[in-house]
Amino acid sequence: MAALDNVSVVIRENEFFTLLGPSGCGKTTLLRLIAGFDFPTEGQILLHGQDIAPLPPFKRPVNTVFQSYALFPHMTVAQNIGFGLEMLGKPKDEVTVRVDQMLKLVKMEALRNRKTSQISGGQQQRVALARALAPQPKVLLLDEPLSALDYKLRKEMQIELKRLQHETGITFIFVTHDQEEALTMSDRLAVMSAGKILQVGSPWDIYDKPSERFVADFIGETNFLTAKVQLVAGGGANATLSSGKIIPATVAENLVPSGEATIVVRPEHARVVKGEGHLPGVIDNIVYFGTDTNIHVRLDDGGAFIVRQQNTRSAGCGFELGEHVGILIADDAAQVLKD
Amino acid sequence: MTTAAEIAARAEREDVRKRWLLSTPALVIIFLAGIGPLLVVVLYSFLTPGPYGDVKWEFSTDAWVGVFLQRDMFDDTLGIADAHLSIFLRSVRLSFATTILTLIFGFPTAYFIATRPERTQALWLFVITIPFWTNLLIRTFAVQEVIRNEGILNNALIWLGVTSTPIQILYTDWAIGIGMVYVYLPLMVLPLYASMEKLDFRLVEAGYDLYATRFKVLTRIIIPLVKPGIIAGSILVFIPSLGAYVTPRVLGGGRQMMLGNLIELQFGAGRNWPLGAALALTLTIIVTVALLFYVRYAAQSEQRHG
Repeated sequence: MAALDNVSVVIRENEFFTLLGPSGCGKTTLLRLIAGFDFPTEGQILLHGQDIAPLPPFKRPVNTVFQSYALFPHMTVAQNIGFGLEMLGKPKDEVTVRVDQMLKLVKMEALRNRKTSQISGGQQQRVALARALAPQPKVLLLDEPLSALDYKLRKEMQIELKRLQHETGITFIFVTHDQEEALTMSDRLAVMSAGKILQVGSPWDIYDKPSERFVADFIGETNFLTAKVQLVAGGGANATLSSGKIIPATVAENLVPSGEATIVVRPEHARVVKGEGHLPGVIDNIVYFGTDTNIHVRLDDGGAFIVRQQNTRSAGCGFELGEHVGILIADDAAQVLKD
Repeated sequence: MTTAAEIAARAEREDVRKRWLLSTPALVIIFLAGIGPLLVVVLYSFLTPGPYGDVKWEFSTDAWVGVFLQRDMFDDTLGIADAHLSIFLRSVRLSFATTILTLIFGFPTAYFIATRPERTQALWLFVITIPFWTNLLIRTFAVQEVIRNEGILNNALIWLGVTSTPIQILYTDWAIGIGMVYVYLPLMVLPLYASMEKLDFRLVEAGYDLYATRFKVLTRIIIPLVKPGIIAGSILVFIPSLGAYVTPRVLGGGRQMMLGNLIELQFGAGRNWPLGAALALTLTIIVTVALLFYVRYAAQSEQRHG
């Protein structure tokens, strides 16, 4: 079995590109191929038109931030950051200047002479970033660098990473299995599964116009409905729901649906209403999240549907468990999927 | 009335007494097997040799003087003990060479084993330790069989036309060196392996990623990180090498003596137990001093790196 199967993707200069997928989908393998730790059995890796696939890692203008950081424990923070420049044979004073710049960039000036074992996880993360950025690579690879940090620190580092990418103008290729991270940070992202790239696009594209079921399911909360789909003139389609109601829907690229198909509706693009709506059902569960409330509805056709509604301060969600309600789907909410 | 503090204090005393009691067997063994014999050796080194070996119970510093100096046979003046000095220097030289050579051969071996898949590592370690199962004497005679003038090595060299007459290896320092490297190699490989096995190979990848060539990765990342193994291996090889007895005895003949043989000689044919004791203690002191310097140096260079 191949870890990667016929993967082809174009990553633009200076963009924050994310490889998103569950563990074992091949995203780390793809990263290791670009870094040069593994070599492809066939195919090319082009960097500014030059095929770097046969080059050893130390000849590629590409640096990596490792998941485990992989900081050298026998060196100080400053020595770690300067290592790459030193190996490139840069003169000593140039290395010193650059190390100072990098320390400033990641706000670690005060800890320059600490051993890497004497600093916290978040600080190690910053040093790993500075070390990889110091030689000014053409591409920076980040292998789930935030997964070891706690929630708050991770949020901070997400913003920090965006800032660094913006300030340095280096192309970032970021690997994660965290869909929220992928959506908030990326200019564009690729969703991967079982060694294949399923969809490439901006976070908006991926979230609002998923091309297939896996993508829609992996990213965000999702409602899947089965509907009879009919294409209409001028793009789009009409979807006939199990209740007999017809709603407009967009269609995934390169898809010509006929008859039964799966459509996707995001929970925040539907409302619960008193009365019938598009789909009738009974409220099964109400889950409060602070900012939002998720209302789980058991549909009369047997399916389940989740509606997310924003909370107001004065009132509750306005519905009760066991209440007969209808679900109203917004006009531009439905998308027909490849199955 | 007893206060809580008094009860606690009594329990504490009880506890301490029990701990001493429990460690008694270990302490007895340390005293009987370790410190005791050493004290006997110190005592003997200050006595007078008996006529048929053994010692006479008369205080004398002759043995200690005899370690470094010798009385001239004719005019009775004291001069440097050349024989002892050359044996001492040979021991240090050969032990040093053995340590360096086992490091050179052992390092790639240990690296090879440490980079095998986990299951095969055990097999390789097993192969490395097999020689330990054979008696040292037999292994040494096996080496002799290989390097003697009519042995496998010389026959092969003659057959290949490298030389027309056998090269005299046996009964030279070379023979002792070959034998000691062979015997002590596992003692170098095992601690090296132990520290390499703990090595995080992602650091090696990080090195390559940061433009380090293979050689730079070796000198800047792998060697500093496995230094504890290098130090442990060097100590484990150097110390027994200094006191080696069987290898120089069999492969060096009687002529190329090392400290171990010199000491044995005093207790055997030499019938000078005090001198033997003094020589043995000298060896101990050399080893201790060498160790102290080595460990201190290693710790210092560690700090420099850090």
